[in-house]
Amino acid sequence: MSSGQVVKRVKYKATVKDPGTSGVLKLTQEKFVFKPNDPTSNNKLDVEFRFIKSHKHTKEGSGKPPWLNLTHAQGSYIFELDSFADLHVCRELVGIALSKHVQGEATKVISEEQLSSAEMTLRIKLLQEDSKLQRLHKELVASGKLTESEFWATKKKLLDQDESRKLKQRIGFKNSLIFDTKPMSDGRINQVKFQLTPEIKYQIFTLKPAVHQAFLNFVPSKMNEVDFWNKYFKAEYLHSTKNAVAAAAEAAEDEDLAVFLKDDEILEIEARKKVRRVDPTLDMEADQGDDYTHLPDHGIFRDGSKEISEAQNSLYKRTLLQDLNRQGAVVLEGKTLDMEMENPRTVAEILARRKQESDEVVGDEERRNRISKMTPIEDLQSQDDHRYAPLCIKDPRDYFDFQQANAVKTLDDSQPGMEQMMCSLGSEEAYGSLRASISKIQTTGLRDPLFSPEVALKVLHGLTKNISSSKYHLGKTSQESVLDILPNTTKEKLLDHWVCSQELLRHYWSSYPVTTQNLVNKTRRLKDSISQIYSKLEEIKVSAQSDLRHQVSLVVHPMQQALDAALLHYDADIRKRNARGSKSNGYV
Amino acid sequence: MPSAPSKLYADDVSLLVVTLDTNPFFWTTFPFPFAEFLSQVLAFLNSILLLGQLNQLIVIATGCNSCAYVYDSTSERNHGSTTGTMPALYSNLLHNLHEFLARDKQLEASHKPGTVPSSLLSGSLSMALCYIQRAFRSGPMPPQPRILCLQGTADGPEQYVAIMNAIFSAQRSTVPIDSCYIGSNNSAFLQQASYITGGIYYKPPQLDGLYQYLSTVFATDLHSRAFLRLPKSVGVDFRASCFCHKQTIDMGFVCSVCLSIFCEHHDKCSTCGSVFGQAKVDASEANRKRKA
Repeated sequence: MSSGQVVKRVKYKATVKDPGTSGVLKLTQEKFVFKPNDPTSNNKLDVEFRFIKSHKHTKEGSGKPPWLNLTHAQGSYIFELDSFADLHVCRELVGIALSKHVQGEATKVISEEQLSSAEMTLRIKLLQEDSKLQRLHKELVASGKLTESEFWATKKKLLDQDESRKLKQRIGFKNSLIFDTKPMSDGRINQVKFQLTPEIKYQIFTLKPAVHQAFLNFVPSKMNEVDFWNKYFKAEYLHSTKNAVAAAAEAAEDEDLAVFLKDDEILEIEARKKVRRVDPTLDMEADQGDDYTHLPDHGIFRDGSKEISEAQNSLYKRTLLQDLNRQGAVVLEGKTLDMEMENPRTVAEILARRKQESDEVVGDEERRNRISKMTPIEDLQSQDDHRYAPLCIKDPRDYFDFQQANAVKTLDDSQPGMEQMMCSLGSEEAYGSLRASISKIQTTGLRDPLFSPEVALKVLHGLTKNISSSKYHLGKTSQESVLDILPNTTKEKLLDHWVCSQELLRHYWSSYPVTTQNLVNKTRRLKDSISQIYSKLEEIKVSAQSDLRHQVSLVVHPMQQALDAALLHYDADIRKRNARGSKSNGYV
Repeated sequence: MPSAPSKLYADDVSLLVVTLDTNPFFWTTFPFPFAEFLSQVLAFLNSILLLGQLNQLIVIATGCNSCAYVYDSTSERNHGSTTGTMPALYSNLLHNLHEFLARDKQLEASHKPGTVPSSLLSGSLSMALCYIQRAFRSGPMPPQPRILCLQGTADGPEQYVAIMNAIFSAQRSTVPIDSCYIGSNNSAFLQQASYITGGIYYKPPQLDGLYQYLSTVFATDLHSRAFLRLPKSVGVDFRASCFCHKQTIDMGFVCSVCLSIFCEHHDKCSTCGSVFGQAKVDASEANRKRKA
């Protein structure tokens, strides 16, 4: 067995009924190879043990020949061995090989957690963005104090946060009017050329629903795409020549062209819809049309001139204001499609579908809801109750600073701890003396003057000193704390150790109670790194300059206390578990 | 300081609720005489009312057995003119205080001889907050309320929960708690109260100039505090008291359900009744949280 290889003469059977092919079976810990005696036979096998799920064998004395049955996903391989002794040898090896593979796989799962590549990149990104985190990661994971998965287990929040942040941003819409599609003319022939990209077509569709509708109606049943765009640009051209009369004439000739020249009915409908969406308490009756601007003298005409054209021709006029409004609306809507804009036909269809969906959403019901929301009856409103400030939970750093300053303060005062005041008097005397002093004031009145000028001056000086010193000691920013007195390198080191020890302690305490071998290993590992940090802190304390040593020890003290607690707990826990000894059920 | 801009205060009218420590056991052991203290405080109270005609002043006596309102500047009775030697404020307050002490004495429960029983700060804070809530509902423009605790007795850890509750409700209704602590050591409760509610904590080092401290530090209304530099609390003692023995602790057990604090391991949370994993003794250790 130690050689890890067994070679036996066997018969291979694909099924139980199969008479079998005789040959040689070679078993190693990784795989088994069957070579039939007849080299022409195609029953050759070369299978790795990781594909094998289980193994069975016949029992000695059961009357059956010594069979070894290796089950895989699709069926099983059956080998008939010469003797049961051979079978036992093979069985043992197979058992070892299989258990090794199962275990190997299991540990692999635990350590690797089968990270998706997305998660991996996310982690890398987080590390790259946050240099502190990166340093911590390097310190803890790279040195083997924590495993990768352990490290990230406490950083789940970060990972989740990033997930939500990934919300895809919609691509905006080009904020340029499509009238920018200027015709190109070479000046020699009486012909203009328009450059059309799928982008521009898309823009035209969204900006001008009428063109969109026409495209859906005409292409390809009535005309082909090139014709369609020709007509469109002809209409546009007529507009741009600012000749309403000519446009009307052309429209009369060509009814298809008229579609483009007429006012966009769909736009009007939409405008009406929009008006309905406005705060219902606002009286919009007056400008129901939303486009009264194209009445003469009300708006800026596209051509800027004030000529009054005949009523029928004004039909073919659009105002710049309308165009700008429409453009603004479309830009705000943003790009609703996220696809390749190759075929204008498909783009047009998809757009139409989108529009329908979004239109269905806004119904009458919503309007009614809106009305009820906008017109609350004042008498029925509950009284304006006093709003409450949110509960104040401050930044942990704030708490730390205040604690820290406190530690310095009490030590500076060098006051003894709580001195318990002794009260020897009985309640009778106590109340009596208090009442006596009240009576005293009642009879004699307040002292005049209340206190001497010397005292007043002293108080004033004291207060001024206090205020200016507290400003110096404890400014508004957290940077102005004890740490600032220390040289930069020491400060950096201390902060690093602080972060590191916090992380370690978090892991340490969260791994209790120790229920698995894994946790036992983890706590041992953590304990070792905690004691390392402890000694490093000690070093900082010792190496600090004499005048700063006091301050440093003040800062280091609470950190060491926290680490101490962890170390003590570890020892106590070990002792407890040893005392319990073998009794432990479920504990390792 | 957290302020609620939505609340419409009359910004230069203050409602000052003063809690006055009248623990007889404290005052008899304290080197600074009560008469001296009281006269300085009375002068301060008078100056608050003189600062603004509309200012309101409430005084609550904090005894060791009970608490009571001893002065309310809004009540008709207190608008009388000077009676003989002193203003109505003084005579009425002193009179009420006299009566309060008599009542407080009758309620007296026995305490361990030789020790100073703590004052009922939680009670007077609650009364102050109740009064302020009433003032909030009194009209469209209530005066800006604040609480001033004049405290000398050391903290009574048994009141920890009640006091913290009062502090948080004061913070929620944006009522700052100022504290002027005259005892020998700092009061953790009052430090926390002022820190959390955005008030001022100050421990005057020179008690014979108490009036000056009160008038320079604590007489400033909330509106002017934005422009003044007032003494800042240098450090706050954030330690909590355990719920079981009412002792101030550095480290303890925290109920994972209701966050009650205990100094030792219990099978069951006495506050919310959650049963802590009894099957595993070690499970309790998981609850052991470090207090930063």
